[in-house]
Amino acid sequence: MSKIIASAAIRGARKIVDRAEKKWQQALDRWGANEPVGFPNTAYYLPIIYGILGLKVEKLADMEQVLHKCKLLLPPPVKATCHLPYLAPALDAGMATFFAEEIIEAIKYLEQPDSYTKQEDVTDSNIWLGAADDVILRKRGVEFVDGTAPGFAAILGAAPTKEIAVKIAQELQQKNLYVFMCAEHDGKRFSEQLLAAVVQIGWPVRLVSFGPEVSAVVFAIGFATRVALSFGGIEPGDYRKILIYNKDRVFSFVLPLGYVTDEWYANALGCVNWGFPIIADTPIPEILPIGICTNEHVVSNVPHDKIVAKAVEVRGLKVTVTEVPVPVAYGPAFEGERVRKEDLYLECGGGRTPMVELVITRPMNAIEDGKIEVLGPEITDVSAGAKLPLAIVVEVAGRTMQEDYEPILERQVHHFINYAQGLMHVGQRDIAWVRISKAAVDKGFKFHHLGALLHAKLHQDFGRIFDKVQVKIFTKENDVRALADQARMAYRERDARIEGMTDETTETYYSCTLCQSFAPSHVCIVSPERSGLCGSYNWMDCKAAYEINPTGPNQPVDKGECLNAKYGQWQGVNEFVFQASRQKIERYNFYTIINDPMTTCGCCECIAAVLPLCNGVMTVNREYAEMTPCGMKFTTLAGTIGGGITTPGFIGHSKFNICQKKFLAGDGGLKRVVWMPKMLKEMIAGRLQARAKEIGVPGLLEMIADETVGVTEEEILPFLEERGHPALTMESIM
Amino acid sequence: MELVKTNSAVTIFDRVKQKKPCPFGADGRCCKTCSLGPCRVSGTGDVGVCGASAEVIAARNFCRMVAAGTAAHSDHAREVALLFRDVARGEVPGFEIKDEQKLLQLALDFGVEIGSRHLQDIAIGVGERALAEFGKQEGELAFVKRAPLKRQELWRKLGIVPRGIDREVVEMLHRTSVGVDQDYRSLMRQGMRTALADGWGSSMIATDLQDVLFGTPAPVRGKVNLGVLREDEVNIILHGHDPLLPEVIVQAAQNEELLALARVKGAKGINLAGICCTANELVMRHGIPIAGAYLQQELAVTTGAVEAIVVDVQCIMPSLVQVAGCYHTEVITTSERAKLTGAVHLEFNHHNALEVAKKIVRRAVENYANRGAVDIPQDEMDMVAGFSRDTINYLLGGLHRASFRPLNANIIDGRIFGTTGIVGCNNPRVNAGYVHETLVRELIANNVLVVTTGCGAINAARAGLLRPEAAAEAGSGLREVCEAIGIPPVLHMGSCVDTSRILLLISEQVKEGGLGDDVFQRPSTACAPEWMSEKAIAIGQYAVASGVRTIFGASFPTTGSEIFSDFLFNEIEDLTKTKWVFEPDPLEMAQIILTHLGNKRKALGIDKTRKRIFYDMAMRRALDAF
Repeated sequence: MSKIIASAAIRGARKIVDRAEKKWQQALDRWGANEPVGFPNTAYYLPIIYGILGLKVEKLADMEQVLHKCKLLLPPPVKATCHLPYLAPALDAGMATFFAEEIIEAIKYLEQPDSYTKQEDVTDSNIWLGAADDVILRKRGVEFVDGTAPGFAAILGAAPTKEIAVKIAQELQQKNLYVFMCAEHDGKRFSEQLLAAVVQIGWPVRLVSFGPEVSAVVFAIGFATRVALSFGGIEPGDYRKILIYNKDRVFSFVLPLGYVTDEWYANALGCVNWGFPIIADTPIPEILPIGICTNEHVVSNVPHDKIVAKAVEVRGLKVTVTEVPVPVAYGPAFEGERVRKEDLYLECGGGRTPMVELVITRPMNAIEDGKIEVLGPEITDVSAGAKLPLAIVVEVAGRTMQEDYEPILERQVHHFINYAQGLMHVGQRDIAWVRISKAAVDKGFKFHHLGALLHAKLHQDFGRIFDKVQVKIFTKENDVRALADQARMAYRERDARIEGMTDETTETYYSCTLCQSFAPSHVCIVSPERSGLCGSYNWMDCKAAYEINPTGPNQPVDKGECLNAKYGQWQGVNEFVFQASRQKIERYNFYTIINDPMTTCGCCECIAAVLPLCNGVMTVNREYAEMTPCGMKFTTLAGTIGGGITTPGFIGHSKFNICQKKFLAGDGGLKRVVWMPKMLKEMIAGRLQARAKEIGVPGLLEMIADETVGVTEEEILPFLEERGHPALTMESIM
Repeated sequence: MELVKTNSAVTIFDRVKQKKPCPFGADGRCCKTCSLGPCRVSGTGDVGVCGASAEVIAARNFCRMVAAGTAAHSDHAREVALLFRDVARGEVPGFEIKDEQKLLQLALDFGVEIGSRHLQDIAIGVGERALAEFGKQEGELAFVKRAPLKRQELWRKLGIVPRGIDREVVEMLHRTSVGVDQDYRSLMRQGMRTALADGWGSSMIATDLQDVLFGTPAPVRGKVNLGVLREDEVNIILHGHDPLLPEVIVQAAQNEELLALARVKGAKGINLAGICCTANELVMRHGIPIAGAYLQQELAVTTGAVEAIVVDVQCIMPSLVQVAGCYHTEVITTSERAKLTGAVHLEFNHHNALEVAKKIVRRAVENYANRGAVDIPQDEMDMVAGFSRDTINYLLGGLHRASFRPLNANIIDGRIFGTTGIVGCNNPRVNAGYVHETLVRELIANNVLVVTTGCGAINAARAGLLRPEAAAEAGSGLREVCEAIGIPPVLHMGSCVDTSRILLLISEQVKEGGLGDDVFQRPSTACAPEWMSEKAIAIGQYAVASGVRTIFGASFPTTGSEIFSDFLFNEIEDLTKTKWVFEPDPLEMAQIILTHLGNKRKALGIDKTRKRIFYDMAMRRALDAF
């Protein structure tokens, strides 16, 4: 009965809070009260504490009040007879546990800065990833919101054998769930078991080895909390909303594998606050009545071959897995999986052989839906280690199909092939690269299946914009080369068509209110020359999305009368924005950072900020975690200007937008850019140089400062002067 | 009992055998509203001197009981409100606001401005607004808005929304005086309005202000039965209803000087124990043991171990003086409203409370030396008390997920078949205690969650049903829920005035959703199996008017009129969507309750096993999520 659970959880919580307090005291003695603490590259501080209590823990001294709260939450032990109610106190104890563990983990970052890899993947020397930074949160968290990942399984401990561990992990992956791993049982850890079985782990394959100790549960729960904060638009401290959001949206659960210690119980009860039930493989007591979780709270003694199914049932999760007719496991969880050289059976493209991918529209009667042809050698015709040329030609037809949608469908080829376990796909168009592993071939994977999976997935996700699709796979070099030439012509036409589009000549823009769930007054308007600030949606994408879902977040906006050509303001756009922002935003401009700039939702790829001393602007991409010349890191900037408000002097934008013609056109355009991180420069160097040439400053890239020059205005100004940066002689930006 | 005999103390158990109830009075056919009578009418066709029929007489008598019960709760509440206002004004030493959160909630409900005002000013505003509820002449009582919307609409449609507490009581007495309202339906409309002025007026004001002043009860362990009296300590029994008395006596009993005096007198300490609703206040706010319910007041004295029995108002037997006379026990009255001939009177008011309390405790300590033979029964039972509405909310989800959702969810999915509020007195005319215990055991065995107040709660406690271990006696579904949360299957919600907590619990459940949008749709009942006080009739009537099917045991004061009884047992359902039921046998009572709960489950469509819902992304998006 749950008395045993509650008693243990309360004992466990007391031990953990005690440990946190000792750790904190030691840290205080060693570093002093003002020592900064926190998880790397995040605007959410210690996220559970920040979300639930609304407290920002920035230095050691800030932990004192959190520890005080922990003690207030800690209930007395449960009496043997005539006990007082224990479930609620145990849930509170679970909450205190998380606060204490965040403190323990934050101090661990301080004591041993290299405890965790601080990236998406494990390294040769360290398999523990630690807290997800905001880049990972943004990239992965959105999958929780759009349903690509219905939730996560938090696994504590280890399976009895590595084979069982692999089975459980794979079953979870196939249900598109993330697997968050921590803690050890009997000297074994689930992450290590997967590695021992040569299974790739890391964020890209949704098998996340958070940490070796049970306290790493807070990385999982902190992630869930940040999903509610950032995607749910919930204010820090509004704990009830955060928890219910998780109960209703993030369908996660906890799998304690092995002996459940007092500390595990404390963590498990903490998870129940979020609506995440516990499904154990040991015969611990059960808590079956419903209420805090959607169904049961604790279910136990579940055999390993049933545990995933049971967990999904207890959580009440309907997993919609499309049947894709391939002999290997298939799903987004396998998208980030690599195929290493030693596992390689066959390789195509990637500079080794010619490879090309093309989606092309055909007349209806020219297409036989579902027809797949392999023209040339099949995988079964070659031996391990082979390299083959490859052309994948997807021919579509449909009443609503337009040539403009071809690139959108073509981009999916990359994702859909990657979803297959044992396949790796990189690049696109004529620079694509495919690797097929021995394991996939052993299971019977053939080229034919590439066609089959593309047919199934394209129909599933894009069925509304076409009616029929057939796939041709070419593997003879002459065919591939001929097709590549033909494809390049198609690409050129396509690019010219899109690049030729201007805001002036386009009457209909598209709205994007996808992010209103977390930035309620934010409305993106996407025009041909101002792609969405998240980098995920250009004008064409929005148009196609509208076709696919006419009542969705992308709606056509008749731009109407032009009110200001220089800054980019239109009557129709203003009217739409006023209504869609629920009367919060009356107007905004497309091409300026100074006067009524467009609102920013917080998922922008880059944020630009005015640097008055340099008479220019800087821009910083999300991946860059360090200080910038405007005095704020990206995370602080995002926290300050995100949330759907318009902030003169700051604007969110996509990386692509930097080299579009209308980028800050009202303020002088690209010539205003005086600083950006080196990595961003490298990412967009080609397009930036081309655009620089167009505007008559061919050496602009070399004139733009980066962190190697300095991270304050004072540091970079002499560099700009020395290089003769054009911004210095432009009219005053303020 | 042997001891009782040897000391020639006569108790209620002796008197009840000698005194048969007057048959005309018992079933409501005796009219003495004027000096033309008293008239006793015998059934159909017979009328009083003025022409009043049995139904008019029965209705008038019934309505007067409602008025008296309401008056009792309202006078209690008025006293609390006065105290509250004076505390807010800083005029009562030793008292302060204990529950700020609840104060703010009250301010919102009363429309008292909060803004950046000082807590004390808000409290004064709340106190004044609360007091104004008594003398209001028009409009609606503020707490009416706490009821489910549908119920409020119905009350307005029926024209029974109470305007002011005093007005309803006065008007009820006027209407029932000679030659005024002589239509039983019309009388009962005012009867309902008066009862609602109790439940959603005076009782609720009393409970809420007491919570703000003395702290909102939270679960606490306690003990019950005469075994809680201590052979080697000074025993002081506190009996009555007003929580001020126990609060200050508790403080006084911890006074070092008095404790020292007790030691000098040869006692090891000062032991307090409660009787009746004072006991409920004491146990839920201080964990102080309960000696017994209404029926045990004399028996406590007969242990010979009680130095003083200190009383305030309501349910005090005048016989206490006679019984105490057989021992060294002093009976001390404290309320200006309630004196007993032959008792010591030490009057309390808000300003001298602690001083008088110390005086009382000192008297008791001094009296310890006068003890004669002592015979304390060994019976003692564990209990857990203090399940206020706020606490139940917390217990169902913890600090961060507190809600009534789990309660509703488990009712919907059938683990809990329904709920029943068991309230009221204990009654020597029935097999006292047995009726309560049998009913409660039967209900919990059938997965009915029981909430209880007043002496009903003490009866359940004495039977061991307020122990969490009693979950083992519950049906499998209720047991699972109790064991998950760690609660007994019977929840102690306070004194009889705290029955208003049950109204709010019901209201919260309706608001939480899934069980219909009006009270009568929920699978729940109210029951007073051993009632005897007029307060119980007022409570029963506000329950019926609030939409709760209400079952009374023992006797029923209208059975002399078939027509009026038919109104209460049937016709009233057309108005309030529920009705009264009279059934003295506890097993039959349980059957009636279970059938009613079953019918309600069926009407809600929750009588079948719920299918597990599997959520896909679209369904998850459709969830409220906030």
